[in-house]
Amino acid sequence: MSATTDVTDTAANVGKAGDTDTGRGLGLGRFRELSLVPAILVLGLIGFIVSPAFLTSDNLIGVAQQSTELSLLVLATALILIAGRMDLSLESTIGVAPVIAVWLVLPTHGARFTGLGLLPEWTAVPLCLLVGVVIGAVNGFLILKLRLNGFIVTLGMLTMLRGLQIAISEGQSIVELPSSFTYLGKASWLGMPAAIWICVTLFAAGGSALAWLRHGRALYAIGGNAEAARTAGIKVDRIVWTVLILGSLLAAFAGILYSGHYGSISATQGSGWIFQVFAATVIGGVSLNGGKGSVFGALTGVLTLQLVVNVMTLAGVPALWNQFLNGAIIIVALVISRFASGEKQE
Amino acid sequence: MADTATAPAQAGAGPAPVAEAAGISKRFGATVALRDARITITAGESHALVGRNGAGKSTLVSILTGLQPPDTGVLRFSGAPAPAFGDIDAWRSRVACVYQRSTIIQDLTVAENLFLNRQSDGVLRPIRWRELKRRAGELLGEYGVDVDPAARARNLSVEQRQFIEIARALSFGARFIILDEPTAKLDARGISRLFDKLRDLQRQGVAFLFISHHLQEVYDLCTTVTVYRDAAHILTAPVAGLGHQSLVEAMTGESAATAIPVAAHSAPARDGSAELLAVEGLTLDDACRDLSLSVRAGEVVGLAGAAASGNVRVGEAVAGLHPARQGTITVGGRRVRTGSVPSALKAGVGLVPEDRHIQGLVNDRSVAENATLTVTDQLGPFGTVLPARTRSFARRMIRDLDIKTPGAATPVSALSGGNQQKVVVARALATDPRVLVAIRPTNGVDVKSKEFLLGRIRQIADAGKAALIVSDELDDLKACDRVVVMFHGRTVAEFGRGWKDEQLVAAMEGVGATSAASDTEAHGR
Repeated sequence: MSATTDVTDTAANVGKAGDTDTGRGLGLGRFRELSLVPAILVLGLIGFIVSPAFLTSDNLIGVAQQSTELSLLVLATALILIAGRMDLSLESTIGVAPVIAVWLVLPTHGARFTGLGLLPEWTAVPLCLLVGVVIGAVNGFLILKLRLNGFIVTLGMLTMLRGLQIAISEGQSIVELPSSFTYLGKASWLGMPAAIWICVTLFAAGGSALAWLRHGRALYAIGGNAEAARTAGIKVDRIVWTVLILGSLLAAFAGILYSGHYGSISATQGSGWIFQVFAATVIGGVSLNGGKGSVFGALTGVLTLQLVVNVMTLAGVPALWNQFLNGAIIIVALVISRFASGEKQE
Repeated sequence: MADTATAPAQAGAGPAPVAEAAGISKRFGATVALRDARITITAGESHALVGRNGAGKSTLVSILTGLQPPDTGVLRFSGAPAPAFGDIDAWRSRVACVYQRSTIIQDLTVAENLFLNRQSDGVLRPIRWRELKRRAGELLGEYGVDVDPAARARNLSVEQRQFIEIARALSFGARFIILDEPTAKLDARGISRLFDKLRDLQRQGVAFLFISHHLQEVYDLCTTVTVYRDAAHILTAPVAGLGHQSLVEAMTGESAATAIPVAAHSAPARDGSAELLAVEGLTLDDACRDLSLSVRAGEVVGLAGAAASGNVRVGEAVAGLHPARQGTITVGGRRVRTGSVPSALKAGVGLVPEDRHIQGLVNDRSVAENATLTVTDQLGPFGTVLPARTRSFARRMIRDLDIKTPGAATPVSALSGGNQQKVVVARALATDPRVLVAIRPTNGVDVKSKEFLLGRIRQIADAGKAALIVSDELDDLKACDRVVVMFHGRTVAEFGRGWKDEQLVAAMEGVGATSAASDTEAHGR
């Protein structure tokens, strides 16, 4: 008899525990991606206090424009991480894709940097995007067809592409860019830099795709449990491959914005960014193990990092401390989002 | 034969069975997984498929669900030939399956799990979440599952997740569902609710193929039973006319023993020797409840149980792999901190783990390194590991266990299965343990090595140590002085020497002396 009561009690308890969990989990699940919003507001408040220059449209637009290239990489990384993969080579793609495109279209003589002059100048932008697609496709081939380890493959790709950029550009910045190439980075639409509009649009598109498209939702399924996704009829490899290509495409596009913004392709363009990109994505609530997070959360991650730098600069903190503060804020942000969401970050 | 036991619902309507397989053969390399096997499931029938490990049940499931094509044989659904291999949607509309491993994605909502990869009509058509939630609610309502479609799957109980898998599988339109060990992770109340649900579905005309290791459940739920053994069909018969004993005989292949099932208790000859391992009131999450066990010096005790009985977890807990919710583990009078491998090692527990490839061996490293992995602290002063000492230690183990290897430096992956297993045993013995826990110690080794290993374990006991063999292999258990049988996380029987195969199998499958599970079910309602 005692055994019987025992079982019944346990089962009842289990049921009860499950119920309360549901309530709590739902609430937090909804707020998880907003966990950095208070941090951003606090940063804004601090900025407002330390300097009157903070809350001016010039300053804020400047911060936003500086964030655009980084945030495109973050968007790419968020998509890839949600699908349970990694791509480190994004930071080299942002530099190498513009260099290759420009190399193919610039004339063979007359300027400091001599190109091949193979194609008309207007093709620079499409060429740059095409290079991104090719890089993503190669990554996908190595990871999905040859079944190589994604982390190491893309690490190798990062180094290789960086080397390719230096070899082609002879280690120098390229300043003579076709006007079509610099347009997007320089132009201003309706009083705001075009890059910001584009970036907002892309984030909105990415967020909507993840929220409302089957293939977007498939990313969560694949990242959460690839085997289960396969049994549900999702074409796992094809979708992951597409996401990798999309990621590299976004990185190449970020390269166009960056080059346009500064009017040149610097030899170190994007170098070392990937750490910041990963940091921004993860503090924005995207899981390194896949299956969790949102594009909006990742965006709040970038904004937090950029605002910290801006506020510190305005507060007169020497620029030499920037790197230290960047690292510190990553750790602090992780701690905040850990407790705000109540979930372990594994 | 199967035709004799059709359910009343649709038997008169048409003779075509919902699923019919005949002459199915399948090989994987040198192993024959199925040999000329057959099965027939009629509409609205609840059909059980039973058999011991390796009988070919899982292979049959993957063939019936279109995951693998058979080498030979014919498959028909409702009289029509099976769809082309690879046409997932067509297969799903004919046969639904709830796999042993959960295919629910934890971080998605119930609604999304139900309609995964078909949340909207077209690829570019945006998902209408409200609509999806409504459809999910309807689907769940149709099958009487009381779960909020907006809840995250992570927060559901195992039982609720199972219902969702069933609802999802049936939502593709199939009237035939395969349930591969659906009760393995459920407690008694969960099982009884699952069965209620299945009976409801059966009334709606859904046919089942129910696979379980627990024969009592077969008697509770099914009308017809098919037995497989050694990759072949043995019999199909109505459950009602088949006694427990003949069923177990069909599964084990042992000819009918005349002995009536004796009361399962026969106290072993206790020689008053010291108790080396004492487990008291042990409760482990998802594995066992209030379990007690004792092994004396000089004794080899078997802890038997089928796949989901929890016996492996108990063995691993003794070796410090799992923390206990409650209860104590004492080795030689000294209490071991549960969930701490170093503490267990220090107390003198050696472990031969269940799966040598996952938990046992470091494949690319040498025999010597693998065999000395547990004793690196004894191989040199100040935390150093001296190669010479490692080698001599390893040579001793190689001699002691008769490991056939070209040398101590050979990578362990170059050895045969039996010799690899010996290396794992060597590693467990390297610390000179007082209590040896061996989980399926003869898993995948040849007959000679099996004999040798079991003999070696006996020697350890004869030297005044204690050994616990955790296994469901009858050959392993025959080497024990005493066998404790676990079922659904409890000990249900204990046998001294001289038990009969079918008694032990019956106890492991939860029939005969132990109808505890079904009793609690009745009360749990």
